[in-house]
Amino acid sequence: MWIYEKKLQYPVRVSTCNPTLAKYLIEQYGGADGELSAALRYLNQRYSIPDKVIGLLTDIGTEEFAHLEMIATMIYKLTKDATPEMMKAAGLGDHYSNHDNALFYHNAAGVPWTASYIQAKGDPIADLYEDIAAEEKARATYQWIINLSDDPDLNDGLRFLREREIVHSQRFREAVEILKDEQGKKKFF
Amino acid sequence: MFTHYKSYCPVVSPFDPCKPIPEKVYSTPPNLYIGFQPPNLPQFTPLEALKAGTLWKPFYDPYFNPFEKAKGGLPR
Amino acid sequence: MKQIPAEYYEMLEQLQAVDFVLVELQLYLDTHPDDLEAIKQFNHYAKERKSLKKAFESQFGPLQQFGNSYSGHPWNWNDPPWPWQV
Repeated sequence: MWIYEKKLQYPVRVSTCNPTLAKYLIEQYGGADGELSAALRYLNQRYSIPDKVIGLLTDIGTEEFAHLEMIATMIYKLTKDATPEMMKAAGLGDHYSNHDNALFYHNAAGVPWTASYIQAKGDPIADLYEDIAAEEKARATYQWIINLSDDPDLNDGLRFLREREIVHSQRFREAVEILKDEQGKKKFF
Repeated sequence: MFTHYKSYCPVVSPFDPCKPIPEKVYSTPPNLYIGFQPPNLPQFTPLEALKAGTLWKPFYDPYFNPFEKAKGGLPR
Repeated sequence: MKQIPAEYYEMLEQLQAVDFVLVELQLYLDTHPDDLEAIKQFNHYAKERKSLKKAFESQFGPLQQFGNSYSGHPWNWNDPPWPWQV
């Protein structure tokens, strides 16, 4: 089971009421390489992977939910108290007409989240390579959002999330090495 | 000097309508180089680690947009 | 309008810092199960987070559900602020 903890992984701040940035950020909420996709991808792959790497998939999948909550917090803060006019001016008129200021799992272009964003091939190497690619794609997405943002506080949180992609990619690469390793043969550093 | 950013120069055609960007930069983060993490890598303090997004210094590779870079990025 | 005391943010950040070290060590140990020094460090911070959690909860209410934190009277789990509200 999972236990919720009533705190964010990282102290999220944003500087201004800025629904335009929320529109870009929602890519990491309900987009293909977003945090929801990441969490569901890893937690689903756990059931068909060697025992040696189940712990890692469980833990990274769990951390991704903490990142999802950080993204949600950023979007919430950037759009809290934004008027319909401000939402419209930010290109969120379509979003507003369906959802008001509610969050929804869609990407920056408004395409709803779909399970086809995530893969589970049942082949450990294929799945881990998918995971490494997913981390690198999410890292790139954070770069492009940082490029679009002039909010220093938001970028501080986005830099944290981008750094986490680097560490997760590192661990998945190590997981591949663990599965490649011949039985009983000692790794050398 | 080693850097976690590499660049290349795309072809510039006289018929490209947008102002050419002569050099494109891309990220090559530390995880591409470290291999299986060796033990006892130098660490940040807990508060520094939280700010950096990693406990281990060799993995720290912050990304700044051009606007932030013009201001020198954030102090570490 | 409810005001959140400065102490809330300070104590929260201390806990976030220690918990972050634990996340990092957890992922590291998932692929380095024999690193005794890292395990010692993990256990050290696991103990430290216990006391930080206790101190935070005594002022600002339960952090976790389902019996992983004690409740005050009246039931204070649902008291604001929630993480995204601060």
